[in-house]
Amino acid sequence: MAIDLHKYANPTRFLRIANAIFPWSIVTTVVLLATGLYLGLFVSPADYQQGETVRIMFVHVPAAWMAMSVYSMMAVSSAAGLIWKHPVADLSAKAAAPIGACFTFLALVTGSLWGQPMWGAYWVWDARLTSMLILLFLYLGYMAVWGSFEDQSKAAKAAAILVLIGAINIPIIKFSVDWWNTLHQPASVATMDGPKIHSSILTPLLIMGLGYTSLFVTIFIIRVRTEILGRRLRMLRVNQLQE
Amino acid sequence: MTRKRRRLYIVVAAMTVLGLAAGLVLMSFEDSLVFFHSPSDLVEKPVPEGRTFRLGGLVEEGSFKKSGVEITFRVTDLAESVDVQFRGLVPDLFREGQGVVAEGQMNENGIFVASNVLAKHDENYMPPEVAESLKKAGNWKPKEDKQ
Repeated sequence: MAIDLHKYANPTRFLRIANAIFPWSIVTTVVLLATGLYLGLFVSPADYQQGETVRIMFVHVPAAWMAMSVYSMMAVSSAAGLIWKHPVADLSAKAAAPIGACFTFLALVTGSLWGQPMWGAYWVWDARLTSMLILLFLYLGYMAVWGSFEDQSKAAKAAAILVLIGAINIPIIKFSVDWWNTLHQPASVATMDGPKIHSSILTPLLIMGLGYTSLFVTIFIIRVRTEILGRRLRMLRVNQLQE
Repeated sequence: MTRKRRRLYIVVAAMTVLGLAAGLVLMSFEDSLVFFHSPSDLVEKPVPEGRTFRLGGLVEEGSFKKSGVEITFRVTDLAESVDVQFRGLVPDLFREGQGVVAEGQMNENGIFVASNVLAKHDENYMPPEVAESLKKAGNWKPKEDKQ
């Protein structure tokens, strides 16, 4: 397992794989997002209660999924960075953070725009909304930690510890609607007795979910590539100075 | 024990302790983490008159009355129910049989005087025709509100 992981932790090998995936991830992002938006905004029916406002969900729900899964990926990656000191682990968490922060922000804003007409309020301090806002602050705090250390290996360590502490928030977000009563509705897709969403609305939602994932992979590859090249550049400069 | 192994144990132990601590904190704050109280909660633990809190449940079928800007309805959790009085506009989703969360205080007559009314949406999404045919076929589930 550890040996296997090490293979992908090699920056050169990582770059080779990432470069091979990259053109495909661009194509799938464009196709999935275009299909998902078309089906969601034009083909799928209006909801029996919410009417046309239900369409905000196609942007909101996948953004919230991504906000949580990107953070989980950063937590796993940071743990690997702390334990095995893999060279790509910290960089990949660092590269993912601003993308995750954008997804979180998008989920909060679209949720708020949906809340006003449906609930009658842009914002309430219920457990789901509050824990999601905390997630945004965790992302911002993580990015700030990276920026506040001169020594990159120290920054990586501090940032990794922050992500792991904040990871407690992820199950809290997910189960907030089950553990406590909230204004936010309970889960509709990942429930014990199957999705509570009619297939005509669920299909575009799942396509959007895959589209967002693909978009994440695309931006993530660009960012990790930049991080790896940036690190090589720094090492070259250091070597030059020593000569 | 290698250093990698040791670091792995430290991370796992730290996460376990942190998870337990977070769990204990959340359990002890349970009362303040709920967004609203149900009518049954009020029977169990009455809130003193004049204290502001949120009351949540379903708008009881047939209980909605309107006179000018003043509306009255009953909030029920299918076991207990409470009368609510409100002056103002209610959100789009407010309707009988749907979830509602009202913020306000109990008055001396045991009526909840709301200063703000929010509609609560449930987790079901479907086109109107499907809702219609479900109702016709008698498969419409009476909604039980999450407690």
